Amino acid sequence: MDDLLADFLTETNESLAELDTALVKLERTPDDAGTLALIFRLVHTIKGTCGFLGLPRLERVAHAAENVLGRVRDGQLTVTPGIITTVLAALDRIKEIVDALAATAAEPTGDDAELVAALNAAAEGRQIAPTPPAAMRPVVAKPAFADPVTAPPSGVQTPVPPPPTATEPPAAMGQPADPLAEGPSEGSPIGPQTIRVGVDVLEGLMTLVSELVLTRNQLLQLARVHEAQNNDASGFTVPLQRLSHITSDLQEGVMKTRMQPIGNAWQKLPRLVRDLARDVGKKIELVMRGAETELDRQVLEMIKDPLTHMVRNSGDHGLEKAEVRRAAGKPETGRIMLTAYHEGGHIIIEVADDGTGLHVDRIRAKVLVKGLATEAELTGMSDAEIQRFIFRPGFSTAAQVTAVSGRGVGMDVVKTNIEKIGGTIDLKSEPSRGSTFTIKIPLTLAIVSALIVEAGGERFAIPQISVVELVRARLDADTQNTTTPVVEHIHGTPVLRLRDRLLPLVNLTDLLALRATEGNHVERSVHVVVVQVGTASLGIIVDRVFDTEEIVVKPVAPILRHITMFSGNTILGDGSVIMILDPNGIARATGVAGIAGADRRADRSHDDAIPTARSQPRTAMLLFRAGGAEPKAVPLSLVARLEDLPREKIEFSAGQPVTQYRGRLMPLVPLTGTINPTAERFAVLVFTDGDGRQERCMGLLVDEIVDVVEDILQIELSGDRPGLLGSAVIAGRATDVIDIGHWLTQASQDWFRRPEPGTAGGDSRPQVLVVEDSDFFRQLLVPTLGAAGYRVTAAGSATEALRLRDAGAMFDAVISDIEMPQIDGHALVRQIRASGPWMDLPVIALTSHASPEHINAGREAGFTDYVAKFEREALLASLRQCLVAAGRSAATTSRRRLEVAA
Amino acid sequence: MNTNLLEPPVSLRQDTDYHKNNEATFVTLMVADQLCGIPVLGVRDVLGEQTITRIPLASREIAGSLNLRGRIVTAIDLRRRLGLPDAPLGTPMSVVAEQGGELYALLVDQVSEVMTLAPSSFEPNPPTLPPHWSEFSAGIYRLQDRLLVVLDVTRLLSLGPTSRGPVPHGRL
Repeated sequence: MDDLLADFLTETNESLAELDTALVKLERTPDDAGTLALIFRLVHTIKGTCGFLGLPRLERVAHAAENVLGRVRDGQLTVTPGIITTVLAALDRIKEIVDALAATAAEPTGDDAELVAALNAAAEGRQIAPTPPAAMRPVVAKPAFADPVTAPPSGVQTPVPPPPTATEPPAAMGQPADPLAEGPSEGSPIGPQTIRVGVDVLEGLMTLVSELVLTRNQLLQLARVHEAQNNDASGFTVPLQRLSHITSDLQEGVMKTRMQPIGNAWQKLPRLVRDLARDVGKKIELVMRGAETELDRQVLEMIKDPLTHMVRNSGDHGLEKAEVRRAAGKPETGRIMLTAYHEGGHIIIEVADDGTGLHVDRIRAKVLVKGLATEAELTGMSDAEIQRFIFRPGFSTAAQVTAVSGRGVGMDVVKTNIEKIGGTIDLKSEPSRGSTFTIKIPLTLAIVSALIVEAGGERFAIPQISVVELVRARLDADTQNTTTPVVEHIHGTPVLRLRDRLLPLVNLTDLLALRATEGNHVERSVHVVVVQVGTASLGIIVDRVFDTEEIVVKPVAPILRHITMFSGNTILGDGSVIMILDPNGIARATGVAGIAGADRRADRSHDDAIPTARSQPRTAMLLFRAGGAEPKAVPLSLVARLEDLPREKIEFSAGQPVTQYRGRLMPLVPLTGTINPTAERFAVLVFTDGDGRQERCMGLLVDEIVDVVEDILQIELSGDRPGLLGSAVIAGRATDVIDIGHWLTQASQDWFRRPEPGTAGGDSRPQVLVVEDSDFFRQLLVPTLGAAGYRVTAAGSATEALRLRDAGAMFDAVISDIEMPQIDGHALVRQIRASGPWMDLPVIALTSHASPEHINAGREAGFTDYVAKFEREALLASLRQCLVAAGRSAATTSRRRLEVAA
Repeated sequence: MNTNLLEPPVSLRQDTDYHKNNEATFVTLMVADQLCGIPVLGVRDVLGEQTITRIPLASREIAGSLNLRGRIVTAIDLRRRLGLPDAPLGTPMSVVAEQGGELYALLVDQVSEVMTLAPSSFEPNPPTLPPHWSEFSAGIYRLQDRLLVVLDVTRLLSLGPTSRGPVPHGRL
């Protein structure tokens, strides 16, 4: 049953119950205009909605009843028991139909002519009702009958059993009280499924539960103290545990009642985008994913406006006009993609567009004009850092102020609003590929997990959402202990070297003007709470760190609101009041947020915050289903596009399924081996290779695209299944990772054997050595490069590569990973450049860190070029370029030199 | 008393005429040897010594916050609010008042009896009253042996970033 119908049924059942009571009341006090108006309105609503939903039987009955009531309201009829009975009979009929609707989702067949006639008769003031066919001229009902559109549904819907034997109008006439007896209390099938509860009731419940959580925490604390003092587990332990569990469950339950699907906040967007598209003359498609993701209604209310603003921005600034897009080789219709999903205790919302991306040059110019930074400062910034200027107050890049956006209240307001609810916002943008804004917000505002710390003798809570890690640091360097980092000072400003990066520090005692508790640091060491604020990190120096505690956030008194360091206050388990620190406020007060330099430092320290990130980069994987319920995956970066293909678009050429795709034939390969004969539409993963005229593409037919997830990929190889690289645990599920190389050859046998233009093919293909410690990446690179016309040799480590060199193997180029155990990429390239036959070879670095610093470091070590991992196109382009630069036949010259050297 | 219940809290009345024409009941308290009164209808609670959490960076007058049966109450040091020196023995008692849905505790030296005073003994503020007293005084009652200053709670609680003497950011 669709939602609309379900809503209608719930609403109608409520109205019917109300109507019963109201009608009986009207019978007693026929002059009560208020009651009459209420009845008329309720019946009118039912009629209107039925018409809208295409329920002709209901509409006809409701219409006839409304007709009677209308005349009563207008004073043309006086209320008599006869009229009331007739109307009640109509209500009963409506109820029957509604019940059948609820059971079968279709209107039951049946004849209401008699009832309608009785109603019409009543409307005309004829007191008799039951004489059936007297009314064959019902002025109002007739058009409804005659109209083929509203004719009762015939075979379209599921056949329905005949209506249950009904209270016929004549029978009802005699006993007017009867319908009431089975009135409101009679449970219809819809009744128990949903009830409407006032928001204030839910809010009240939430407050009570919050208090209960507090009291529970206090009790637990008391019990702990008691146990510690008396050294025995008192009889309270077990019931306390139960109370604790029940409280948690209750908290969760009440929280659920406040949850609403985020789709509620998105409802107006399709219309908005449509209007926007018309106003600015663009073609825009709005894709919404995860609309059913639920979050607290309070949060929902607060993100509604920022989201609307961002979608509008994407459409207005982000997407190009159709002709521009066509010229750029993109589909004419721009796409705005809204995605929502849960991750931990947070909800992630992404607003992405495939438009122009943020123009770094325009932002830079604007920054200079607005005086937000100097030329010198800008020079030192990466593109990402410059793009972040759009979050600064008063910044808007639209050259023209349009009616839609660009009024100067831009992303800074969005950012402030999101930070207000403890969220963060970040952006990624690529020229001509589009921009993606990612919002991370807590599911609920009422109860949060917080870390309790102490500084200057006072305790404070720091919301766990912003805490990245805890670090212990020494205050002086003169001990033998070298494993603990030391707090150093630059002109009195404390900083910390954390994994080779500088982390700005702020001393909470100083910041809050508390009295320093001298002499407490016997070990001369402090705790540093590393917090994440937007994209920046900051270390907060505290004296002590206690537990984490679930706290109920209460707003501070109005007379304290001006202190931006606090986001609220709360009562701890021991009954004391403590202030909740606002990391955003602290960052602002200390100037960390928004300062580009700090951002950059933060970026790096954030990269390192997950120690595993070095060896195990997270990889975006596209999850899909094909032939079976278990998910399959392919690295997203290998997929060029996703398409939705109707069955009729699939043609056959020489026995192979193909489709016309962008003016050419694209071979299709069903991943399951056969094309599902029952499916009407297919999801297609499009893989492309080469460019321009040389471009070839292949479509992999799968059953369904499931999701895109970012996860650390640890693949267990299994060689025995063709087409699969192996399996990995992705998003908590065992997932088959498919081997693209295999499927590419399925599409066209010559995929791997494309001769490079101008070469004869065969063995004169350029030879490339791939040095990569990860099995998975190696498995991916080899077929990718092979497909592009290279002969590929793979080495699992730098040592292995150097052994190959010493054994006299020769290549045209080397592609090497940077992060490898033992000898890393930098060391490898230094050794290659130092001496030996490979010293002039182009060496391309592959890395997951492609920041300017990394690139410079790489260049210094001797790499010819630097390519981000998985940037397949970039790698191939770089390889081509390197080979051209090294001379068209780099291989032969090198070999010659090798001979000379030998 | 019975008619008073229907009246808005006396503290909201700025005009001294009210005191001239109606009998009023006050919770009396001592601040630096001065007897003061707060209209009883504005008082929610009288507390003994409490654990008070300091609020860093707040104005000097804000003593901190305390937990009153699960509600967080902001404590205001009445001596500091009135520009008086700190009490040598501290201010152990407090009177809790509500304003705008929030609870505030006024820390005082001593809370004494509740008095009902006749309108005939009410006087407006003498013009010579020092500014920090006249700002918060709604008038004076002549008692037999001493004078009672009627405190204007609304004004006492109108504290914000603009109020006198906020602590500048930095060490105390």
